Amino acid sequence: MSTQHLPEHPDFLWRNPEPKSSYDAVIVGGGGHGLATAYFLAKNHGMTNIAVLEKGWLAGGNMARNTTIIRSNYLWDESAAIYEHALKLWEILPEELEYDFLFSQRGVMNLAHTLGDVRESIRRVGANKLNGVDAEWLDPQQVKELCPILNIRDNIRYPVMGATYQPRAGIAKHDHVAWAFARKCDEMGVDIIQNCEVTGFLKDGDRVVGVKTSRGTINTEKVGLCAAGHSSVLAEMAGFQLPIQSHPLQALVSELHEPVHPTVVMSNHVHVYVSQAHKGELVMGAGVDSYNGYGQRGSFHVIEQQMAAAVELFPIFARAHVLRTWGGIVDTTLDASPIVGLTPVENMFVNCGWGTGGFKGTPAAGLTFAHTIATGAPHALNKPFSLERFETGALIDEHGAAAVAH
Amino acid sequence: MLLIPCPNCGPRDETEFHYGGQAHVPYPENPNELSDTEWSRYLFYRENPKGVFAERWVHSTGCRQWFNMLRDTVSYDIQAVYPMGVPRPAAPLPAAAVTGTASTGPASTTPLSTTAPEGATK
Repeated sequence: MSTQHLPEHPDFLWRNPEPKSSYDAVIVGGGGHGLATAYFLAKNHGMTNIAVLEKGWLAGGNMARNTTIIRSNYLWDESAAIYEHALKLWEILPEELEYDFLFSQRGVMNLAHTLGDVRESIRRVGANKLNGVDAEWLDPQQVKELCPILNIRDNIRYPVMGATYQPRAGIAKHDHVAWAFARKCDEMGVDIIQNCEVTGFLKDGDRVVGVKTSRGTINTEKVGLCAAGHSSVLAEMAGFQLPIQSHPLQALVSELHEPVHPTVVMSNHVHVYVSQAHKGELVMGAGVDSYNGYGQRGSFHVIEQQMAAAVELFPIFARAHVLRTWGGIVDTTLDASPIVGLTPVENMFVNCGWGTGGFKGTPAAGLTFAHTIATGAPHALNKPFSLERFETGALIDEHGAAAVAH
Repeated sequence: MLLIPCPNCGPRDETEFHYGGQAHVPYPENPNELSDTEWSRYLFYRENPKGVFAERWVHSTGCRQWFNMLRDTVSYDIQAVYPMGVPRPAAPLPAAAVTGTASTGPASTTPLSTTAPEGATK
């Protein structure tokens, strides 16, 4: 458990400029992915005449709603590569951005509760090691040593039969991550424009040449879509369809507690994931609601099930009070992997489909998407995550394999 | 939480149902003639509207029958339920204008009440 103090707010974060009439590139969506994309466009590709458009306030969407877990213990090579690259960036970004966002590498455990879980988990540990991702298999006693409040007795419905463990995984303070990126973007001349909703696109034939917004029309040579949850709505405006379904995902936090939960615990089988925030709240999440929705709220029964699972695994949580629940909209794909790359519209690029796990991928999404926007071609790391894979059949099927259900 | 009006059993809690995604997605008539692009459209592309959506549900712990439903994906108002195989009812009123009465569909459309999302907060 970290006892670090929260970082001080710098005196100056970012300007609130009026939108200019034209930019070299426009990023739609001022969440973590949009800001990271703008950061790497400026830093790695020298593109500073760019704007990030946000319909609400900066990082007020899913960036402010997620459970902040960062890990790279994915099964398939393509996923391990991009998430591990993200993890390596997380490790250096606080220094690079000159802003400590409390990246805490307290480790993530993924529990196994059935023989099938055990076998899948040990397989994933092997796959992780082959991909250079740190991974260990823990027996129940080792699980207990790492997280003493976990109930490892065998008289519960789904006893803990072991866990995979990634020591380098952890959590970060999502607000500060966004502010850190935004501040650096602003320093490099990027215009971050809030309260600016995209209402349409200007096209010249098959090529995008501008963005229509609630604050006027902006001409641009390139457009990057980074609007998790609403990507398919934007794509529709631009005249193409995405293989995306939007679902509500909700999470909750408890009141503040003394440090009791020293790591991150996830369980796919009983489906709950828990960590303790730096301030002391227990942060918990579970799965998406089954139906499509944009309502930014979730179903009670999902919370009920995740709380039942949490209380069985952590009996001392039984007397904790829920402080707040909230819902965000995630865009899911059929293979539970993101789409980062080109679109049928020339000079328009899309970064979406991260489902329930977009936060952890933020730096790598930004880096690879910036490369794609700047060069017009995918980066080696996002090439497999193209829209084409739904035609070629080269899916990256992380459903059930990625250590948590989507 | 949705209160779903099963056409056979009446209004029941969402937990009794399973979701089946978009309704009215016909199996290709000549599957052997489909290109990779057409297969990908059939397999992976579904509508994802911010608004009224025609979708399938099955009353898993009740009558175990599938049925279609028109639901607003923003307000979660349920505007119509109707049997499998019946065409989508005519465009319903905007969500705000529907106050728990029937949609203006064909005779087979079942009138129903709207949902009452409980304690939903942001």
